[in-house]
Amino acid sequence: MRESEDLLVIIRHAPHDSNWLREGLDAALVGAAFGQSVRLLFMGQGALALCREQQAGAPGQKASLPTIDMLEMYDIDQLNVPQRVLDDLKLPLEALVDGVTPLSERQVKALFSQNRPILNF
Amino acid sequence: MDYGLLVMGAPYSQPAPHSALRFAHAVLARGHRLVGVFFYHDGVHNASMLMTPPQDELNLRDAWKALHKEHDVALDVCIAAALRRGVISQSEASRHGHDAFNLEAPFELTGLGQLLTLQQRCDRLITFAS
Repeated sequence: MRESEDLLVIIRHAPHDSNWLREGLDAALVGAAFGQSVRLLFMGQGALALCREQQAGAPGQKASLPTIDMLEMYDIDQLNVPQRVLDDLKLPLEALVDGVTPLSERQVKALFSQNRPILNF
Repeated sequence: MDYGLLVMGAPYSQPAPHSALRFAHAVLARGHRLVGVFFYHDGVHNASMLMTPPQDELNLRDAWKALHKEHDVALDVCIAAALRRGVISQSEASRHGHDAFNLEAPFELTGLGQLLTLQQRCDRLITFAS
């Protein structure tokens, strides 16, 4: 059994890009329900999941924003996105939901170099 | 070393299942232990007993089954991801009013908690996603 229970869940896919985002968030929620301290890192297109005021997808597709909004209820309050990704996508921080912390390259590297379980979606 | 595998790629659409199987056999050949394989996302289709590839192609479901039989590797399938995609056991099928089912032992429908438990039990959890 590992000593560190600090789970890092990485989201790399935009909303409605298959079911990656939904099933990645499900894994994060279950981790939190199991008492793990969960940190979410949104990389690449995954950062689009954090856009506030986004709509549901194609007819019948469930919106993912309500799940993002309720993460805090599960004590998942570490929502990170690399600043470089925000720059690449031309996304100002104000366009994102509350509570997102941008990370520098150095901080992202530090996250990966710590010995912790990681799940990638 | 204890290994676990997370398979999220669909059979015959993505290389992930083939890569995962080859990795599984390489790990075992080098004397490591493979504790379990967890199927999530499109990887749940690996468990379908109705998959019927041509005879000269590897039947991936049978290959996973053989891995379980020969090396006692647990084959866990996320129940939410599977039911959503029409991969369903007999008991779940009857519970949801379906006439047919396509998942049976040694594959087991289970919750995502099993994935986290596998990750905690293993020294390495290797993901095969696409």
